[in-house]
Amino acid sequence: MLGGFSEEQIKRYSRHIILPEVGGKGQKKLLSSKVLCIGAGGLGAPIIEYLAAAGVGRLGIIDDDTVDLSNLQRQVIHGGNVGKPKVESAKQFVNNLNPDIDVRTYSERLNAHNVVDIFKEYDMVVDGSDNFATRYLVNDACVLTDTPLSHGSIYRFEGQVTTIIPHKGPCYRCLFEHAPPPGMVPSCQEAGVLGVLPGIIGLIQATEVVKYLLGIGELLVGRLVYYDALNMTFDEIKMRWNRNCPACGEKPKITSIQEEIYGESCRI
Amino acid sequence: MVTELDLKGDVCPYTFVKTKLKLEELEIGEELAVTFDHAPAVENVPRSLKNEGHKILGIEQMGDHLWKVRIRKA
Ligand SMILES: [Zn+2]
Repeated sequence: MLGGFSEEQIKRYSRHIILPEVGGKGQKKLLSSKVLCIGAGGLGAPIIEYLAAAGVGRLGIIDDDTVDLSNLQRQVIHGGNVGKPKVESAKQFVNNLNPDIDVRTYSERLNAHNVVDIFKEYDMVVDGSDNFATRYLVNDACVLTDTPLSHGSIYRFEGQVTTIIPHKGPCYRCLFEHAPPPGMVPSCQEAGVLGVLPGIIGLIQATEVVKYLLGIGELLVGRLVYYDALNMTFDEIKMRWNRNCPACGEKPKITSIQEEIYGESCRI
Repeated sequence: MVTELDLKGDVCPYTFVKTKLKLEELEIGEELAVTFDHAPAVENVPRSLKNEGHKILGIEQMGDHLWKVRIRKA
């Protein structure tokens, strides 16, 4: 043991420890951190994969879906597990990659009743969900529990990503106050998605999580990165705190998580 | 007081990784003496440590394929 690391850990994390910005101290921060991944699908797969490799000590994974053959076009951690619950498949992947990680699985839908209790257990939440109901539920619960959030979403060839530190920068509702009406936006299933796209967006999210946990660099707070894979462009949209925001404004209307706001279609 | 670290049998980059981990446990200004038997480490480790701002106080050859590097933590 040297600096609290086993011989195996010194090898595993050596490329982190060598970095002046990380070192043994930073690696220990990662190992004692708790991160919750909402969804183990397209975005969740690379997020889970790299946070586990980086040594984020506790990974919570919530998803109520099972692995389908059509997922394997982009969900790279579920190989060989068609028919299995995604949380079980993800856990198996993480255990094989890095035995240091304590994986907590939630094989259920995130909803108005469980969200606050689950979020309280974590240092940061990464949203890899694919629908607006969950996205707003996650945003509002993060604001209420003061939990930092990495937001990512994908559509066909495009993705967007931002980092929300409640009360220190704008939240998702500051920019998009309400979800578009149901049916307005086709779901991932109907719209199609380029298989490599969630890899890019999910890894930007994972990068933000690691930076936040280490306390290094400039986070995407107040900035939304918009990625267009066809034109290979990254644009940045400034996000401003909205003093009338129903979640984080001066007089927030959302002071508790009420089921009615989010509808019942909280599928991840 | 000098802290000793024996890294005989360790090769690069673990020579540097382990030296760095040991230095993190020390206070600024404290001295660390590391023993290596991996020849490339004698050049690599002091260079990497200087990059991180530490001071190399001396490098002594202790025997055939045995070196001691003395470092002051910055
Ligand atoms: Zn807001």
